[in-house]
Amino acid sequence: MKARQSLMDKFFWGCAGLVAVFYALLPVAWIISLSLKQTKDLNDRRFFPASVSFDNYRIIFSDTQFPAALWNSIGIALIATLLSVTLAMFTAYALVRLEFPGKKMILAGALAIAMFPSVSIIGPLFNLWRYLGLFDTWAGLILPYMTFTLPLAIWTLSAFFREIPWDLDKAARIDGASSLQAFRYVIAPLAAPGVFTSAILVFIFAWNDFLFATTLTSTNAARTVPAAIAFFTGSSQFEQPTGSIAAASVVVTVPIIIVVLMFQRRIVSGLTAGAVKG
Amino acid sequence: MNQGRLAERRLGWLLCAPAVAAMLLVTAYPILYALWLSLFRYDLRFPDRREFVGLANYASVLTSEVWWKALSNTLIISAGSVAFELVLGIALALLMHLTTIGRRTVRTAVLIPYAIITVVAALAWKFAFDPTTGFINALLGLENSWLTERWPAFFVIIFSEIWKTTPFMALLLMAGLTLIPEDLLRAARVDGASAWQRFWRIILPLMKPTILVALFFRTLDAFRIFDTVYVQTRGAQDTETVSIVGYNTLIVRLNLGLGSAVSVLIFCGVLLIALLFIKGFGTSLQGQRGDRL
Repeated sequence: MKARQSLMDKFFWGCAGLVAVFYALLPVAWIISLSLKQTKDLNDRRFFPASVSFDNYRIIFSDTQFPAALWNSIGIALIATLLSVTLAMFTAYALVRLEFPGKKMILAGALAIAMFPSVSIIGPLFNLWRYLGLFDTWAGLILPYMTFTLPLAIWTLSAFFREIPWDLDKAARIDGASSLQAFRYVIAPLAAPGVFTSAILVFIFAWNDFLFATTLTSTNAARTVPAAIAFFTGSSQFEQPTGSIAAASVVVTVPIIIVVLMFQRRIVSGLTAGAVKG
Repeated sequence: MNQGRLAERRLGWLLCAPAVAAMLLVTAYPILYALWLSLFRYDLRFPDRREFVGLANYASVLTSEVWWKALSNTLIISAGSVAFELVLGIALALLMHLTTIGRRTVRTAVLIPYAIITVVAALAWKFAFDPTTGFINALLGLENSWLTERWPAFFVIIFSEIWKTTPFMALLLMAGLTLIPEDLLRAARVDGASAWQRFWRIILPLMKPTILVALFFRTLDAFRIFDTVYVQTRGAQDTETVSIVGYNTLIVRLNLGLGSAVSVLIFCGVLLIALLFIKGFGTSLQGQRGDRL
């Protein structure tokens, strides 16, 4: 079907593709242009900046709030990703390779958690975290992020692990490889793409979260970027810090765009892997 | 049972234990704790006056106008965004599946709204619609102050949600499209079926299970909407959603008893939606799933 598209079809889909790209990129372009505007031009209601200035970036990085939040975001998201993917790897391996009762329960439970409304537990967590000393700490955010991404990681990894020809491991050992070598040279390279894909998806989730970040933190000690941006205050009380917000938004969006550009195919396959194979 | 089987069982449980423990600890335990707290009058500003009140918190939530208004707002936003997302998502899925020119570029661009931080997307659209900062009024020749009136505010919120979450919908639907046998479409074409007929008679019916899964996940997700509303209106202009009410009661007013009752009710709402979908479309949902973020 694809090979036999007429010129008309091609033209039609080409135009539709252009519209889609424009639609997807419009707000990104807008926030970038807003971040480059000078303060006096902020209210000119024009899409593109009249003159380009990097003042807004200078302002957010000379303040203490944003660099702290950026550091928190990076650290918390990376640690949560590492923990979540590691635990999910154990679980997915067991689910795919071993026979034991309770497998269905675990998969169903993971699915239930994927639908769980996080707003339902912010009260208890808020109370509990203050009691346990986890309020406004990295660990206090890493724990919920790890948990809420486990279902996603388990499902994605199971879907990928199911495709691995595990018998190669046996073959390698018959050929004289030690079990460690068989793992290192045969299984690990086969499993790596799936692990990497789920790590990207988990990282995006942790990087994105706002609800936990606003309720379980209160200071620069653990507040992540989404929460920090939402609570940005201007240099004076009367000035809405639009420029700073835009610059901060661009800084946290650029890494995500780079990840998407580099790993587009992996993200798509990760998101659709389970949807098709179940 | 022989030794090997037993050892395998033990290893299986051992490997699953950490993940299961974490999931129980951070979701099951707190929701039970919320259930317990919801039976008390418990305000963190007056912790000494904590007192068992039974179902009184539920009674006051369920008789308050705020709750029902928030529930209907949430349903308006959910229905509005999910309906448009479905139509746009199918179009986008077809585009990503069929286009031969710039396929990679389209797929990459479409992933950006999915990956971008919701708060950032909400702020970008808020500034775009803002009457002093934004370009949209200038572009359309309007003088609307979008976020200061109820229905225009809903429009902006729903619009932002659609932009942010359609890609996810489209990716799931695209996965369904790849399952349709090409031969079937080719045969229909040879038999003289128009593109329109092929879409309605073949593609759509075959995609029904995938569409249901995508709808299921997005509806649940939309019902929990918090970030966009918080950033764009904070619930002003009568745009409060149930999640915003829960947040305000728990975190702003520090009323743990009442807030927990709201939490439990939201949980029940999600459960109800899940049950409706599973009861209504159980067979077509079987063996299908989608991820959400």
